[in-house]
Amino acid sequence: MQRVQAVAWKEIQVYFSSPMAYIVGMIFLALTGFFFVRDFGNPFPEASLSSFYQGATIIMILLAPALTMRLLAEERKLGTVELLLTAPVRDWEVVAGKYLASLVFLMAMVALTGYYVLLLFIFASPDPGPIYAGYLGLFLYGAAALAVGMLTSSLTNNQIVAAVVAMGILLVLYFSDFAAAAVTGLPATIIGEMSIKTHFDDFGLGVIDTKHIVYFVCVTAVFLFITVRALEARRWR
Amino acid sequence: MSNNGSPMIEVKGLTHFYGPRPAIEDVNFEVQRGEILGFLGPNGAGKTTTMRIITGFMPPTQGKVTVAGFDVVEQALEARRRVGYLPETVPLYTEMTVTSYLKYMGTLRGVPSRKLKVRIGEVIDLCRLGDYRRTIIGKLSKGFRQRVGVAQAILHDPEVLVLDEPTIGIDPIQVVETRRLIQDLGKEQTVVLSSHILPEVSMLCQRVLIIHQGHIVAEDTPQRLAQNLQGVERIEVEVRGPAAEVAAALRRINGVTDVQPPTGRNRNLFIVQARHGLDLRDEISRVVISQGWGLLSMRMSTMSLEEIFLKLTTREES
Repeated sequence: MQRVQAVAWKEIQVYFSSPMAYIVGMIFLALTGFFFVRDFGNPFPEASLSSFYQGATIIMILLAPALTMRLLAEERKLGTVELLLTAPVRDWEVVAGKYLASLVFLMAMVALTGYYVLLLFIFASPDPGPIYAGYLGLFLYGAAALAVGMLTSSLTNNQIVAAVVAMGILLVLYFSDFAAAAVTGLPATIIGEMSIKTHFDDFGLGVIDTKHIVYFVCVTAVFLFITVRALEARRWR
Repeated sequence: MSNNGSPMIEVKGLTHFYGPRPAIEDVNFEVQRGEILGFLGPNGAGKTTTMRIITGFMPPTQGKVTVAGFDVVEQALEARRRVGYLPETVPLYTEMTVTSYLKYMGTLRGVPSRKLKVRIGEVIDLCRLGDYRRTIIGKLSKGFRQRVGVAQAILHDPEVLVLDEPTIGIDPIQVVETRRLIQDLGKEQTVVLSSHILPEVSMLCQRVLIIHQGHIVAEDTPQRLAQNLQGVERIEVEVRGPAAEVAAALRRINGVTDVQPPTGRNRNLFIVQARHGLDLRDEISRVVISQGWGLLSMRMSTMSLEEIFLKLTTREES
């Protein structure tokens, strides 16, 4: 655990001292802010975060890979992976440490959107249920997106490739409910259930359904598991 | 320290394939505690592959490596705790300062944080990095980066140091300093280093392994290897017979300068050295057969060695 902590702490320091992470954070806040105020022109605006959540899910597809692309690809490029993997540290500890660091930065970024909530409570009386549920959903979804990014970062030493492939995977997962509409029967169910959007939308409505939690936790676990395996397999070549 | 007497590093039947081509094949050797062993060989000979397996970066396709008695695959963490490694391209996080980098590497290697602070001070002094504690590694020159690389390798006071081409690409003054540092370290630690520069290896190492195309082609002290270089013919003879008598008979042959009786696994293998330019194979076979011993095989080995030496020496000059 001490070693996971060491890896995580180092990466957190890198996040908070590198321009990349701040650029990502800034873009996230600017865009979600835009989505947040979008409904204000409406003569009967709704005191909710539903547009914010809609925007945030799409923005996450672009931003999560930007946060994770560095984590393993850069180690491979610099050759430091050779030290990391010959230190008395298990592969999963490396992956866990780095993943936790990205998760911490993501949470910090999302926490800054808390002032939208504050504004809503000051100037209106929103229904708190969907807000809390939405944040839970956003956290789970972000955790899954970062796990996807971890995997692609472990497969290449090119950060750009890592980011683009992760975005591709996330886009496919996000829009698979469209694909589901094109078929019928069992395939439609399977493809539809793969969709991030399908599973996220209920959170935004204030519904916390175990099935959705299980979905995001599974995506996270599967991608992290493959990441550890990929790191191990890389040694065999 | 643990298990005195048994070798610090033991490599048995090591084979590693990259795709269908073996990078190293059936490599066997041992390194004793406190010994400095040099790997010598042209680029692509299999030096880095061997070192990567010893350090546990990748498992071998076949064979077994133990460090201080711990299998590098089965008991990976125990073995790795005892190894300090400097890869060929010095792996540094360029955005960190020297101290924070060392602190991170120390924590990863499980050095307790109280000891770590003291130890970082020690290695910084040892590698003469005192003026650069707070410098960002990316701004250091190549020679200083190399020193940081050495500093991280010795940070956790490992029993075994594996240095892959430790003096490559740094200027001559720094080369001298690095060599001195390695010599100092070799007094207490077991050091395995690789190089493609013959004089460097002879200066630093007590024993040299010459690797060529994935095989160990020679293993000796630098002095003896230098003799070979000066042009001694080497003939490997396999004779089935009483070892002492065979050796004595071989020594009596006119032109023979030295006979090494069988050591190691092959009980019948004698290594005969003769003056340069002499081909004593006819004479040897006559002597062996007249005594009624079995002549199993005979091979001149100087040619291949000379070729490799040629490659090694010309490479340094260029």
